Amino acid sequence: MRLPAPLTALFPGAPRCLELEVATVAELMDRLDARWPGMRDRLCDTTPAVRRHINVFVAGRRARLDTALPPGSDVFIITAISGG
Amino acid sequence: MAAELVLLIGTRKGAFIARTDAARRSWSIEGPFCETWPVNHVVADAEGVIYAGGGNEWFGPAVWKSRDLGRSWTHSSAGLAYAAGEAPVKAVWSLAAGGGGLYGGVEPAGLFHSADGGESWRQVEGLRRHPSRPEWNPGGAGLILHSLVLDPEDPAALWVGISAAGVFHSADGGENWQARNRGTRADYNPDDQRYPEFGQCVHCVVMAPGRGPDGRRRLYQQNHCGMYRSDDGGTGWASIEAGLPSSFGFPAAAHPRDPDTLFLIPLNGDTAGRYMPEAKTAVWRSRDGGASWQALREGLPQQGAFFNVLRQAMATDTLEPAGVYFGTNSGALYASRDEGESWQCLASHLPTITSVETAVIGG
Repeated sequence: MRLPAPLTALFPGAPRCLELEVATVAELMDRLDARWPGMRDRLCDTTPAVRRHINVFVAGRRARLDTALPPGSDVFIITAISGG
Repeated sequence: MAAELVLLIGTRKGAFIARTDAARRSWSIEGPFCETWPVNHVVADAEGVIYAGGGNEWFGPAVWKSRDLGRSWTHSSAGLAYAAGEAPVKAVWSLAAGGGGLYGGVEPAGLFHSADGGESWRQVEGLRRHPSRPEWNPGGAGLILHSLVLDPEDPAALWVGISAAGVFHSADGGENWQARNRGTRADYNPDDQRYPEFGQCVHCVVMAPGRGPDGRRRLYQQNHCGMYRSDDGGTGWASIEAGLPSSFGFPAAAHPRDPDTLFLIPLNGDTAGRYMPEAKTAVWRSRDGGASWQALREGLPQQGAFFNVLRQAMATDTLEPAGVYFGTNSGALYASRDEGESWQCLASHLPTITSVETAVIGG
């Protein structure tokens, strides 16, 4: 999976590209938050949902927290142009 | 270490810090900090720790923290959230540090408290439980809790200003709240509803130093509809707008030692463009609790001043004589080291300035 540069700038040591074993986007957020405390709050709100100006793409399609991640999925977390 | 005076500046593109010594003649400005996030308010606590509150459209609300005058920063929003299903917290709008800890006001309007220096937050739920809450309506900047006034001697006493719900007071650390708007107008209501219990569009609330003869606190308020003084902790308010060029403006700043001295920056009117009256810049000062006013213009632009000054963008320092500072939405920063008699421009092209606060560090 790939993380956007404006996000990794907030968490010293966080890489732009990494691999995780998770079954859903929600689990992915949990794992990110466990490694870099606070990262889930930057990507998700308390609706709960992926933040309005953050896009999560799985296999080229926009995903939600409950979207499944089959083995080998490519996940891109991207800052929306509307949020800059 | 010699004492340093710092200006803590919030802008739409990060926080800035201006530094000088006690003479206040030469300044340096550093920034932008906080990854250029929109920052609504920057404050310092008694130990010189700096906190910056804001919100980023991508990443949501956070309070940034620096222990070394801006050289390094951390950020947190742990607990800075409403319950699942409610409208999420969008941004931090105001911060206040006192004996009772650190408070943060947010959009949509609510109050949070941190007992560990901004590392984690808990909602002050008593304010959200106020029976008027379902009827609060947003002002032009949203439904925001923008004014946070802490009693310097009583950590259980606090006042908040919410646009456009009005002023609320708690005497028990935030468990119970009273609306404190008696005497303030809501000109946008029908004629027979101009003085409601709540729903006024308060723009800024500040506390005067000391206590009155009866021990109560004096507050000043810039409202969408007038300027006011309260000599009883906000229980009742009296208009002090006579002699000013309009009844509309955003910031207010109290003198650090004289409860009768107040600084305001009236604009030309809420429906007239919201810039300096006649496009000529003036800070207006009262030395008698708002009974009379003097325009202070020396060193300020006297033509083409089509800017405004936002609600948290004026402050005084604690030096003698008191310094006064304000920042404009066009990115200019002005300073006076003689209580407003004369002014110098410290910066002309910062981003939109949302807030200015002062702190004396070290010494």
